[in-house]
Amino acid sequence: MLLLRRDSFPLQSSDDIVKARQIVRTWAAELGFKLVDQTKIVTASSELARNAYDHGKGGIMIIEAIEDGDRKGLRLTFQDQGPGIPDIEQALKDGYSTSGGLGLGLGGAKRLVNEFHIESTVGKGTTVRIVKWV
Amino acid sequence: MEQIPILKLGKFLLVTIQVDMHDQLALRLQDELTNRIVKENAKGVLIDISALEIVDSFIGRTLANIAAMARILDAETVVVGMQPAVAITMVELGLSLPGVRTALNVERGMEILSSLVQVDSDAPPPA
Repeated sequence: MLLLRRDSFPLQSSDDIVKARQIVRTWAAELGFKLVDQTKIVTASSELARNAYDHGKGGIMIIEAIEDGDRKGLRLTFQDQGPGIPDIEQALKDGYSTSGGLGLGLGGAKRLVNEFHIESTVGKGTTVRIVKWV
Repeated sequence: MEQIPILKLGKFLLVTIQVDMHDQLALRLQDELTNRIVKENAKGVLIDISALEIVDSFIGRTLANIAAMARILDAETVVVGMQPAVAITMVELGLSLPGVRTALNVERGMEILSSLVQVDSDAPPPA
């Protein structure tokens, strides 16, 4: 796997969520994602950026353009130092929410991308990594 | 303070969302619209989202809340202009906007609102 480009952005305000969406949109368009797939990865990033900000008390998004053989993709990592998720399986279920939200964030984001990886330690924080291939 | 303009058009309120809304702005719109429905005695709300590039779970919930609050205040809501890519993504995300009426464009949306309000005013008064 080849790393073409990498950058990171803070997620400390709801304005940062908007900025994260715009950055993901720009990179996805530049990599050649079609409009529907751009919309999917931008929507997934919006859900995960909000999770990091709302539940994780702020964090960062790392954005990477990657290449694997003849395919290119976008890898996004959302890291926070929040309270962590005690039961990941439950958190991935639709309708499960601790914040009064719709509970679609994690499970929904997972459905919109090709690869989804989550690691969480109670008291330490949560890292979610997603990949979408062009 | 940043705000999304709400226009009054006869018995209806018209909102065109033209910016990438952050969460507080969406909540502010929800509050402001609810207040305006009462203040203007509005019978319908038309929300044009043709400029929105995504509808995530937060914006989806806000739209559903607006429709629910409007209904309690005796007003109908129609959301118009959703981009196809947005609709495809929303369904995969798991959002179906329950209780929210939609139309393809502003013109169709206004027709729907007019017919709903027409039917209402034709109904006999409660005994």
